[in-house]
Amino acid sequence: MVDTYRDAKAGDAPIIEVAAVTKSWPREGGGEVTSLAAVDLTIRRGEFVCLCGPSGCGKTTILNLIAGLEHPSSGEVRVRGARVEGPGPDRTVMFQESALFPWLSVRSNVAFPLEMAGVPKAERDARVERHLRMVHLWRYRDAQPHELSGGMRQRAALARALVNDPSILMMDEPFAALDAQTRDVLHGELERIWVETGKTVVFVTHNVREAVRLGDRVIIMGTRPGRVKRDLEVSLARPREPNDRDVASLSAVVERELKIEIEKVIREELDDAWTPAGNGLPRDSHRGMGDGI
Amino acid sequence: MAFLAILIAAWATASRLGESYLFPGPDDVAAALYTGFKSGILTRAVAKSMARLLVGYSVSLVAGVALGCALARVKLVKETVGLLVLGLQAVPSVCWLPLALLWFGLNEMAIQVVVVLGSLLSIAVATESAVNTVPPLLVRAARTMGAEGAALWWRVILPASLPGVLSGARLGWTFAWRSLLAGELLFVSGGLGQVLEFGRELHDMALVLAVMAVIIALGLASDHLLFGRLERRMRRVWGHDRR
Ligand SMILES: Nc1ncnc2c1ncn2[C@@H]1O[C@H](COP(=O)(O)OP(=O)(O)O)[C@@H](O)[C@H]1O
Ligand SMILES: [Mg+2]
Repeated sequence: MVDTYRDAKAGDAPIIEVAAVTKSWPREGGGEVTSLAAVDLTIRRGEFVCLCGPSGCGKTTILNLIAGLEHPSSGEVRVRGARVEGPGPDRTVMFQESALFPWLSVRSNVAFPLEMAGVPKAERDARVERHLRMVHLWRYRDAQPHELSGGMRQRAALARALVNDPSILMMDEPFAALDAQTRDVLHGELERIWVETGKTVVFVTHNVREAVRLGDRVIIMGTRPGRVKRDLEVSLARPREPNDRDVASLSAVVERELKIEIEKVIREELDDAWTPAGNGLPRDSHRGMGDGI
Repeated sequence: MAFLAILIAAWATASRLGESYLFPGPDDVAAALYTGFKSGILTRAVAKSMARLLVGYSVSLVAGVALGCALARVKLVKETVGLLVLGLQAVPSVCWLPLALLWFGLNEMAIQVVVVLGSLLSIAVATESAVNTVPPLLVRAARTMGAEGAALWWRVILPASLPGVLSGARLGWTFAWRSLLAGELLFVSGGLGQVLEFGRELHDMALVLAVMAVIIALGLASDHLLFGRLERRMRRVWGHDRR
């Protein structure tokens, strides 16, 4: 039943290499906070990799390092073998809040990366149109971001992320703020776009079902300090449905691994009296509605 | 509008009761306005004051926004000039006049110094806080899209600060206007402030009130037509009117 995953294999051409990376911040009043400790991670070209872990385990930090927005305290991040020194047009990031510029129309938002890259106007227009059509927002090209729903804003953000044709797309909990139905639709579209474009995707989420639904690999991260705990290859057939049996059973496996980490976080945040069993009430399975039917 | 009519009627009645020389009625003021504009005294004064205001205000807008950006992003500037700005904010702008007169003599420069110092600081302080509250997420997003340096400032940080900068600019305009009139009143050489002083010397209360009416009208008009319009437009584009 659960032989639908195996531990990831090394081999194929790596596009992103995170090698022995540590990231720490000076703590106020002395000392250091370590958000990543000796993380090793290799991502192959065209792979869809999901980073999954409790909040504060350094998922965003890893994306920032790959994006070149931050620098590692030690170790090295390489993209196509070259050390990452800063942001570059081969890598883009999409965030949980769309981060669209509120003063620009949808069209100008999507054109922004092209303008920064000095793409001539005619080509810019053509590429903006192609990408807005790809995410089904062409009708809303002249709208302002505030006129769009949350799902539409993320579509616009996706178009903006892809418009300059980066080879690596990073996504930081991009659908976490959306309702389940919208999220399902966007999962399907993201999968389609990924298949069509062959991008390498690094997708951060704390939603296990989402990770298993989308990823070729699910990296389970542990916390305090942030590190890679488990690296699972997901070889389920595509396109996947969120309610596929295999997606559900693999999610349960990942969920168990994560639970250990999450309980660890809660134990550190709450006082000693807390136990994973919850509030100490006895659990009576006969009283669960519809249980065992 | 109805309120304004009632106010004018009440004023007319009150002026009948009092001594008309010290308390002219609306008809006297209207007459003063008419002769003032017909003879060109008021027209020239308005033109002179407005021209001064535009020059001084432009300087303080540009310098104030630049200073605000520096205060927000350059630690050294914040630690040195920042303290000075806080201190100087406590100084009413007319208090610069004696100093300006000594430094620059009786000329345009002196009065512009007063106008600029009167408005620059509030613009700088508003810009500083606007730049400081630009969502870091927008800056991070912009950097991953290749915006760095000047492009980052022009295309992202400044537009993102616009709401705050605009309200600072609006406040600065009011301050510039007040400083200018105070300066003209005390230091004289054309402009509405001088006509006001002139009216006082001649004990021409109707003229004094006429000038004040012009000042109020100009203040309201510029605030409403210029800044009110800009702000409404910005709110519409950004969607601030929703919720
Ligand atoms: N700029 C920063 N300064 C100090 N600590 C930070 C900074 N950014 C992140 N951290 C810390 O690093 C840890 C990991 O953060 P993050 O990567 O945002 O986690 P995640 O995205 O998995 O929730 C957290 O404990 C956070 O407090
Ligand atoms: Mg995060």
